[in-house]
Amino acid sequence: MGISVSHINKSYKKVNALQDISFEVKKGELFGIIGPDGAGKTTLFRILTTLLFADEGTATVAGYDVVSEYKSIRNSVGYMPGKFSLYQDLTIEENLEFFATIFGTTIEENYELIKDIYVQIEPFKDRRAGKLSGGMKQKLALCCALIHKPKVLFLDEPTTGVDPVSRKEFWEMLKRLQLKGITILVSTPYMDEAALCDRIALIQDGEILEIDTPEAIVAHYPKQIYNVSANNMYQLILSLKDYEYNHSVYPFGEFVHYTDSRTEFNPEDLKTFLETKNLSNIHIDKTVATIEDTFMELAK
Amino acid sequence: MNNNKVIQVEGLTKMYGDFTAVNAITFDVKKGEIFGFLGANGAGKTTAIKMLIGILNPTSGKATIAGFDVYTNAEDIKRNIGYMSQKFALYDDLTVRENITFFGGIYGLTRKRIKEKSDALIEELGLEDVANKLVGALPLGWKQKLSFSVSMIHDPKIVFLDEPTGGVDPITRRQFWELIYKAANKGTTVFVTTHYMDEAEYCDRVSIMVDGKIEALDTPKKLKEQFKAENMNDVFLKLARG
Repeated sequence: MGISVSHINKSYKKVNALQDISFEVKKGELFGIIGPDGAGKTTLFRILTTLLFADEGTATVAGYDVVSEYKSIRNSVGYMPGKFSLYQDLTIEENLEFFATIFGTTIEENYELIKDIYVQIEPFKDRRAGKLSGGMKQKLALCCALIHKPKVLFLDEPTTGVDPVSRKEFWEMLKRLQLKGITILVSTPYMDEAALCDRIALIQDGEILEIDTPEAIVAHYPKQIYNVSANNMYQLILSLKDYEYNHSVYPFGEFVHYTDSRTEFNPEDLKTFLETKNLSNIHIDKTVATIEDTFMELAK
Repeated sequence: MNNNKVIQVEGLTKMYGDFTAVNAITFDVKKGEIFGFLGANGAGKTTAIKMLIGILNPTSGKATIAGFDVYTNAEDIKRNIGYMSQKFALYDDLTVRENITFFGGIYGLTRKRIKEKSDALIEELGLEDVANKLVGALPLGWKQKLSFSVSMIHDPKIVFLDEPTGGVDPITRRQFWELIYKAANKGTTVFVTTHYMDEAEYCDRVSIMVDGKIEALDTPKKLKEQFKAENMNDVFLKLARG
């Protein structure tokens, strides 16, 4: 087992940061913790990387207990925190050498593992970390987290604030690392990234809403969703919210995702209603649920 | 100036030594328009915005914001726009009401006006129960909505939003966009940056910056046709990946 978490609870004063969290990550699995800021993602990561004690519950990482065997865990995991935590006044190469030395290894020894990523920043290896762009910092942090060839890799919001191109590249890197047998636990607030994980846990306000493969989570969505569009987006949202049979109304790109509270729903009725609200060019078509639809339905 | 165009930019350029951060960008934004300003990290978006809001001098080119010139009337620009970013929002150790009063004061509103605005704003956002609580204790989504409303406390013609929804949960993110629609519907121009490509679809028009230049500018629908893409994410990937 890569990671095993059993009934973990953690509170800060009045806030229940984590409530009865349990899940397992198989060896070599890419597992996503999906949830917004404040959901408890970072607290969970800090407990699993032995930087914080849980109030209740137990957890093992790479077979080691997070409390009694914390030293073994620290040697066998890589951790990339959400906040950039490398030395800003050391260069790229110095940072990497520093982390290699701390873990009693050398850059050469595990170069194979980081090669794909490191070649992209190597031309700038004499530049100080503080002077790097966001994308380059992220790549350097990943190299530093990998340099001791960890069994389990923890990535806390590695793509937050990163543009879609760099995000896509980053996920391609993760897929390649996974092929090398590394277990990966990654958190993200971007719901579209969930589809790239083997399995995901949806988390909000310290509680897990659901754990499954992305495909199964989407398949569990309880209702038929309709894409609705019209000539005026703002009026359309207001009108749909005004419709007495609405179950949910959420803007989704160029459409509004609409679900109806009745078992028998005829889109023509809705169209007629929208026309009375002076909307025109109305289209109502069936569509399939996304992870984000499921998340909002569960969090409702 | 043309009254309908609240932002007019022509050949705006910023150089740092030999490096061209913003390379002769040209565009207009109309009154009441929601304008999406997209680009990869490091494409020059932040530099461009700093010039537009009057806190960074351009190297060359022209820009007028709400009728004021960025070179000669930077102070007037600051008084006539709203600005909100994730990094600088509200004071965590002031209450909701104190934050509103503080920003109202900064923008020179009278005491009476501040009182009216505070009450209206607190009611509109449903914050009656937490009006006297510290902002630091509020959930992120509430803070972002409050921050947006505070940035418009002086009824600016234009509001600049720099990644306003980063990390916010999907339901709150949508509520936030409803506030944006509402503001635009009342005639406020909204200039917004985001990394969520579904949000790019909510904009009336979108520009995409690549290496300091605006490489594409049109409605989301036309951009998708032009780049033969399913959605804005594909448009972005095709453009920014070259």
